[in-house]
Amino acid sequence: MSKVLIKGNEAVVRGALLAGCKNFFGYPITPASEIAETAAYYFPLLGGTFLQAESEIGAINMIYGAASFNTRCMTASSSPGFSLKQEGISYIAGAELPCVIIDIMRGGPGLGNIAPEQADYNQVVKGGGHGNYNLIALAPNSAQEMCDLTMLAFDLSDKYRNPAVVLADGIIGQMMEPVEFPKPVETIPDRPWAVRGTVDSHNLICSIELLPDKLEAHNEALQAKYAKIKEHEIRYEATYCDDAEHILIGYGIVSRILHTVVDVLRAEGIKAGLFRPITLFPFPTPQFEAFANDKNVKSFFVSELSAGQMVDDVRLAVNGKKPVNLHTRMGGNIPTVKELVDKFKATI
Amino acid sequence: MKTTILQKPASFYDEFVLKGGSQLKSTHYCPGCGHGILHKLIAEAISDFNIQDRTVLISPVGCSVFAYYYFDVGNIQAAHGRAPAVATGYKRANPDSIMISYQGDGDLAAIGTNEILHAANRGEQMTVFFVNNAIYGMTGGQMAPTTLIGQKSTTTPRGRTLQNEGYPMKMAEIIAILEAPVYVERVMLTDAKNIARTRKAVRKALKIQIDKKGFSFVEVLSACPTGWKMTPVNSKKWMTDVLSKHFELGVKKDISEDREPVIVMHPEPHFKEYHELLDIKSLADKITDVKLPALKPILDEVKIAGFGGQGVLSMGYALANIAMGHNYQVSWLPSYGPEMRGGTANCSVKVSDQRIGSPIIDNPTVLVAMNKPSLIRFEEDVQPGGIILYDSGLIDTPPTRKDVTVIGIQATEEADKLGSRKIANMIMLGAYAKSSGYLLENYILQALPLIIKNKAFHEMNDKAFKLGMRLAK
Ligand SMILES: Cc1ncc(C[n+]2csc(CCOP(=O)(O)OP(=O)(O)O)c2C)c(N)n1
Repeated sequence: MSKVLIKGNEAVVRGALLAGCKNFFGYPITPASEIAETAAYYFPLLGGTFLQAESEIGAINMIYGAASFNTRCMTASSSPGFSLKQEGISYIAGAELPCVIIDIMRGGPGLGNIAPEQADYNQVVKGGGHGNYNLIALAPNSAQEMCDLTMLAFDLSDKYRNPAVVLADGIIGQMMEPVEFPKPVETIPDRPWAVRGTVDSHNLICSIELLPDKLEAHNEALQAKYAKIKEHEIRYEATYCDDAEHILIGYGIVSRILHTVVDVLRAEGIKAGLFRPITLFPFPTPQFEAFANDKNVKSFFVSELSAGQMVDDVRLAVNGKKPVNLHTRMGGNIPTVKELVDKFKATI
Repeated sequence: MKTTILQKPASFYDEFVLKGGSQLKSTHYCPGCGHGILHKLIAEAISDFNIQDRTVLISPVGCSVFAYYYFDVGNIQAAHGRAPAVATGYKRANPDSIMISYQGDGDLAAIGTNEILHAANRGEQMTVFFVNNAIYGMTGGQMAPTTLIGQKSTTTPRGRTLQNEGYPMKMAEIIAILEAPVYVERVMLTDAKNIARTRKAVRKALKIQIDKKGFSFVEVLSACPTGWKMTPVNSKKWMTDVLSKHFELGVKKDISEDREPVIVMHPEPHFKEYHELLDIKSLADKITDVKLPALKPILDEVKIAGFGGQGVLSMGYALANIAMGHNYQVSWLPSYGPEMRGGTANCSVKVSDQRIGSPIIDNPTVLVAMNKPSLIRFEEDVQPGGIILYDSGLIDTPPTRKDVTVIGIQATEEADKLGSRKIANMIMLGAYAKSSGYLLENYILQALPLIIKNKAFHEMNDKAFKLGMRLAK
C-alpha cells in the first residue's frame, strides 16, 4: 500500500476510524483542536457520532457512558483539558472501561502556552486522578505512529479493559509525514460485561465497593492487571544501543532530535545509542536494568521538555548503578541538536 | 394510596442482592424518604411500557447512588453531577436504549449544572428524574442549591440567607425556558393525589422518549425527614405548606403533541469504502507513467518563510509531497505556537534518502525567503555551501553571505504578471527544483494539480512553476 503525506493529528483520527472507533466526544483546545475538527468531519461519514461536549468534564463522562456499551470510543485534548478529565478518568479506570484518550501536550502550568511541552508525563503515566490506577500510555514520535499507536491503544484498552492514552506533543501532532494506513479492523473484541440494553445484559458499570475488604480485593485485581500489562506490553525502540557506552533517552519529539544527535556523536566516534520508550506505561524498566548491569554502558543521558519527569522512572530502574544525566527545556522551547550534543559531551 | 405502587414491578429486583446484608427485601432509604416511592413509580412504568430490556438507568452520587440495587435494568453509576453526560454518551452509542438520568438536587443543580443544562439544550433523547429534597441527604444534611431561605442545614446553621447563599434554584423553570426540552413538570410526593400525579408525569416523560420525541424533565419534590430533622408526617405537611409554595407545582412546558419523532439515520458504509471515505489517496497511485530516477544521497533541509498568505506552507506541502512521490523520506513542519504571531509564517521541509531524525531545522541547506523579515531572521542560519532563494522584488537588501549561493527571483512581480500574486510560491518551487536538481520536472507538473486542488489555479501553477525553473538558471 502506498503512502499519504499527512499531519499526525489527522492520522490519529483516521487510525481511530480504521480501528473501528464509532464515537468521538471532545472539547476544543489548541493544539489538539484539529483532532476534534477532523473527527467532526469523518466520524459521521463512517456511521459514527461526533459530539462537541460542554467541557472536558462532559466529554470524558460521555466517554464513560459510551464505553459502557460495546462500541469503541475516544476523546482528545491538551494538557489543561486533560487535567479537567482526571475525575472521569479515575471512574473509567475504576470501572475498567476501555477507551482511548489523546493528549497533545502544551506548556504549563496553568494556561501556560500552546507550544510543545512534555510536562503531562506525571499526570498521565502515574495515574493522575484519585486512587490506585494506571493508564496505558503510548508515545508516538512520527505521523505513522500517531496512526499505528492510536490503533494499538484501542486494542490494548479492549484487551485489558483499561483506558489508554496516546501522549504526544504539538510537534508530533502538527508535523506531516508519509503514512501508510492499514486495512480497517472489521470486528472488535466482544464485551460480555457491557451494558447493551438486552435481556442478557442487565449489567452494572460501577466503581463503588463499600466494604474495605472488597475494595482492597478490587485494587489488588487492578494491580495484578497492571503487572500483566508490564509483563507483556512493553514497547521501545533501541537504535545503536548494542555497543553503546552512553544511552541517550527521550520520547516523542525529543527522541527525533536525539536521533540526529546520536548520528552526530557517532560520526565523531562517540559510542552513543538512542533508547526511546514507546510505552511510557508500562515503562521499559527491565531494559534499563539490563543497561545498568551492562559493563559496556557508562552513562545515561535523558532529555525532556519538562522539569524532568520521565527521568524519575529511568533513575528508579538504573537504581544508582550508573550516572543518569538530564537536560531539559520548558515553556515550549526545544533543544537544538548542537545544544544537546554540547550538553551531552559535558557529562562524559 | 393506590395499592399497585406497593407491588413490586418486574423491573424491580425481588431481593436486593447487590445491597448485601441481611435485609434483602427493604431498601437502604430512611423511613419517609421519597426516593423509594419514586423508584417504584419508575419501575412500574418501565414494566408497563415493556422497556425493561432496553432501559439503562444512571445512578447518581447522592442517596440514590445505589439505585442500581433495585432496578433490574442496565445500570451505570456516574460521578457526582455527570449523569446527563454519561447518559448522553451511552445514548449516542446505543440510540435504541431508553436512558434515565436519576439525580438529586446537589447532583443536578450544583455540581452538575453544566451537564444538565447542555444535555437539556441539545434535546438529548433521555428522561431526567430530578429529586428535589432541598438538602444534601447523603452527606448528612448540608445546604443544597434548592434549600429555602431561612432553612437550617448543617452548613447553614442559622438558616440560608439571601446575602450569603442567594436564592434557591428553580430548575424546572430554568430547563423549561430552553427550546429543546419537550416536557417539564414539577410534582410532589405527599398524598395519594400528588403521588398519582407523579406517576402520570413519570409515564409521560418516559413515553416521550419511547416515541423518540426528545428530552423530558420531571422535578419531584421529595421528603427527607432525616435531613430536615422532622417526622415523616411533619415532612409532608412542610412540603405542602412551605416547600411547594416556593417550588410551584405544575407543567412548566409541554410541546409533546407538536413534536415529531427525531430519528437520526447513520450511514453504514462497507469496510472496503473506508479508505476512500477517509481521503486516503496517494500520489504514487495516480502518477504511474513517470520513470523515477534512483535516489540520491541527500539531506535537504528547506526553510520556507514569508508573510501569511504568501503560500509558504503550501509550497512546503507541495515540495514534501513531490519528494515523497520520488520515494524520498520527508517531513513537513509548520511554524507553530508563538512563532506564528506577527503575520509571518514558515515551514521546515526535510528530504532525505535516509530516515529523518529531527524534523526541526536549526541550519537550513536551502532558505526560501519571501519577505524581508524572513531573510533577516534566517540568513545567518543557512549552512555554508547552502542556497538562499529570495524574492528580489520585495526584498530591497540582498543577502550578504558570501559562502552560500544566492538566487534572487522577482517572484511576486512575475506572479502578478501571470495573473495572481498567490502563485509566487510556485515560481519559487520551480526555482528550488531547478537549483536542487533531484526532482523530475514532468513528475512535478503532473503532481501539482493533484496536490493543490483548487482548479482555478491549475493552469497558472503550471506556468509559474516552469517560469521559476527558467529564472533560476
Ligand atoms: C466530586 C464530589 N464532591 C462531593 C461529593 C460528596 N457528596 C456525595 S453525595 C453529595 C450530595 C448529594 O446531594 P443530592 O444530590 O441532593 O442527593 P440526596 O443525597 O439528597 O439524594 C455530595 C456533596 C462527591 N461524592 N463527589
